[in-house]
Amino acid sequence: MYKAKYFFLLPGLMVLFAIIIFPLLFTIRVSFSSWDVFQPDLDFIGGKNYSRVFEDVRFWQSLLRLSILSIVSVGLQFVLGFALALAVWREMRFKRILRVLFLIPMMTTPVVMSVVWRTIFHESLGPANDLLLKLGLGSVPWLSDNLAAFISILTVEVWQWTPFMFLLLLAGLVSLPKEPFLAAAIDGAGPIRTFWQVTFPLMAPISIGALIIRLIEASKIMDSVYVMTSGGPGTATETSSYYIYIRGLREFQIGYSSALSLTYLIIMIISLTLIAKVLMRVMIGKEA
Amino acid sequence: MNKNKFLTTSAIVSMLSMQMLAAPVFASDIEKYGIEKDFAGTCNYAATDAKDYTGKTLNIITHAIPVIGEPTALHAKQFSKLTGAEVNVVHVPFGDLFQRIMIPFQSGKNAYDVLFYPSLWIGDLNRFLEPVPEYYQNSTGMQDVTVNYKGVATWNGEMLQYPMDGDRHYLKYRTDVFDDADVQAKYKADTGRDLKVPETWADYNAVAAYFTNKDWDGDGEPNFGSAEVAKRDDLMFSAFISRVAPFAKHPDVPGGFFFDLESMQPLVNTPGWVKGLELFIDAQKSFPPGGSNFGLGDEIFSFGGGQTLMSYSWDDAFIQAQQKDSKIRNKVAAAPLPGASEVWNRKTAQWDKFETPNRAPYITWGWTSAVSNISEEKQMAFDYLCFFSSESNTEHDLQIGRYGVNPYRNSHFDVSFWKDKLGWADKTAETYVSTLSGMDKSQNRVFDLRVPGVSQFMSAMAAGVAEAMAGQKTPQEALDGVADEWAQIVERVGKDRLRDAYAQVVDLEDNNN
Repeated sequence: MYKAKYFFLLPGLMVLFAIIIFPLLFTIRVSFSSWDVFQPDLDFIGGKNYSRVFEDVRFWQSLLRLSILSIVSVGLQFVLGFALALAVWREMRFKRILRVLFLIPMMTTPVVMSVVWRTIFHESLGPANDLLLKLGLGSVPWLSDNLAAFISILTVEVWQWTPFMFLLLLAGLVSLPKEPFLAAAIDGAGPIRTFWQVTFPLMAPISIGALIIRLIEASKIMDSVYVMTSGGPGTATETSSYYIYIRGLREFQIGYSSALSLTYLIIMIISLTLIAKVLMRVMIGKEA
Repeated sequence: MNKNKFLTTSAIVSMLSMQMLAAPVFASDIEKYGIEKDFAGTCNYAATDAKDYTGKTLNIITHAIPVIGEPTALHAKQFSKLTGAEVNVVHVPFGDLFQRIMIPFQSGKNAYDVLFYPSLWIGDLNRFLEPVPEYYQNSTGMQDVTVNYKGVATWNGEMLQYPMDGDRHYLKYRTDVFDDADVQAKYKADTGRDLKVPETWADYNAVAAYFTNKDWDGDGEPNFGSAEVAKRDDLMFSAFISRVAPFAKHPDVPGGFFFDLESMQPLVNTPGWVKGLELFIDAQKSFPPGGSNFGLGDEIFSFGGGQTLMSYSWDDAFIQAQQKDSKIRNKVAAAPLPGASEVWNRKTAQWDKFETPNRAPYITWGWTSAVSNISEEKQMAFDYLCFFSSESNTEHDLQIGRYGVNPYRNSHFDVSFWKDKLGWADKTAETYVSTLSGMDKSQNRVFDLRVPGVSQFMSAMAAGVAEAMAGQKTPQEALDGVADEWAQIVERVGKDRLRDAYAQVVDLEDNNN
């Protein structure tokens, strides 16, 4: 009878194996092969793919670019999301409508929105430059200048994912106890002091959770890069996931792209763990 | 009526009824699908209607709608109706097409009977393709295919691809500007030169720069000199090859344009290539805003929409300009790609001067079709392809720009078709036909790098060129980087294997066939 309970776990374990364990093990195996467009066999070539990864300057550059893009975009999403959450937290008019409106960008399909943003940023026909020209300002090479293209991708990411941050932080704010705020009010604390001394510290655990969830998501930026710039100009907006896509699915270097993916996965696990620990120490002041 | 007479009459009536029942249904289909006439030919509607594939299934993989995907679906529907076959068409976006074709092949799965794909993939796909049977090679449609596109369809002396499209890069320009006497006079006064259709890439850049940021069509909006496909990973490699070809394809130096065939040493960083890249970078100042990020779609609508003076790439922008509602309809003409006055001679390692600019037409990849060699319905698959490119269907498809089917048969180079049928102006039709047919006659053509791993080579090249275009590297640095990566790919693929494949490209380029 005691052992029978494990049978109930079996369906879940099988699903887990089929959709997580098997693909991971298969990817590891493939990463040690030279599976390519002209070599379809699962041969064994040792660590050749991994030594190639370490010499691949374009991959490391794309990883650095991705790190900057993720950290800056998630940081902006956090600030904006927090501000929006605070704005609709307290009683105000049209609170319900605003909450729904703020969520719309998150509910749209990233690829579709990237196409819309590409049109907005189209330098000849897009409304962004049209507006700037009507305001008497010069046009901006949104997608054909290295820095401007990077900022354009950043803008789309912030626009699309700030609502997610807003949603998590608003849920956190709503669940905060009222007593600390009453105590702060009795002590005569103003809104700014109350925020820094009460709201922000109380929100630290959920803020860390939100930041980590978004960093994990942001480390996979692909749709907007694919649609808007194809990684260009040059390699100015090429992120790791887009680079791995090019190597794997465009060039059909299956073995090598598996090695790239696993290297990327390991780096992400280590760096996100470290970031979580640092955030815990900075925002809560102690180890988790 | 006696018994015998009754039986005879009954038999005749029955036979007539049966004949009427079996009478071709194609006549109504032709009208329904906008096909004007069932021209005579091996695989015309009548011949296809006579075949019976009831109970059989044909699986086709093709590009997304509309380019090639739309005619694939249309002719599949017609074929199904005529033969009784069940025809499944899978449409795939360009970026996913290669892997969707290759993965089933590599795993030995018979997923598709018919494939539509870019012809330059023959280097990777040849081992999975069924040679075109002699019956179809002798078909009326195939007999009419030009020598260029028969060459493109052939691998190791065997025809593996079924030609259904012809592609090449050529120059398109605005006749209302180039032929305007006032504009010519002003150009002469401002530059000291005559305004002529550019014969070299240096001329092209100069003319494009002059006409940039000027409202030369008087619509109140600024116009620009050149629209080019410059977006990385969006077919920019083809535009780059067009620009490089006349500098690096020496008519008197056989043995390879991309590689030295003997040593398989990449030539991509030699001075001819670097010069082509320098002029590509220089041309950016004549692009419309955002032109450095233009993919093929942007180029089509920039030139086809009247924003730019010149362009070069596939037919699409030209056809777009010639749409019935286009404001520049019949104000465009075609010309051969610009050439070069100096050509790098890799044998002597010096520049050779040419009094008449060297031209190197780029027979860039176009769409093609083929039958899988593990298909269980090869006969039906070839019948479908033969029907797809029957005389009636091809004439119909050529008239619809978004289909992406461009001239590839000798009969397509009939000026009267374009003038009478489509209402093109004399100069538009004549320059179009003479430019396209002239490329077929050239003895200094450049073909795609049709070798195993072509996507890796082209992707590496596009990345390097994009870095130079964005100012991240100098042209020489960027192309040195590309050459290094190409050398690594050669090592991975295997030099001999690659040489065997590349020799076939060189044979086409050096006119050895």
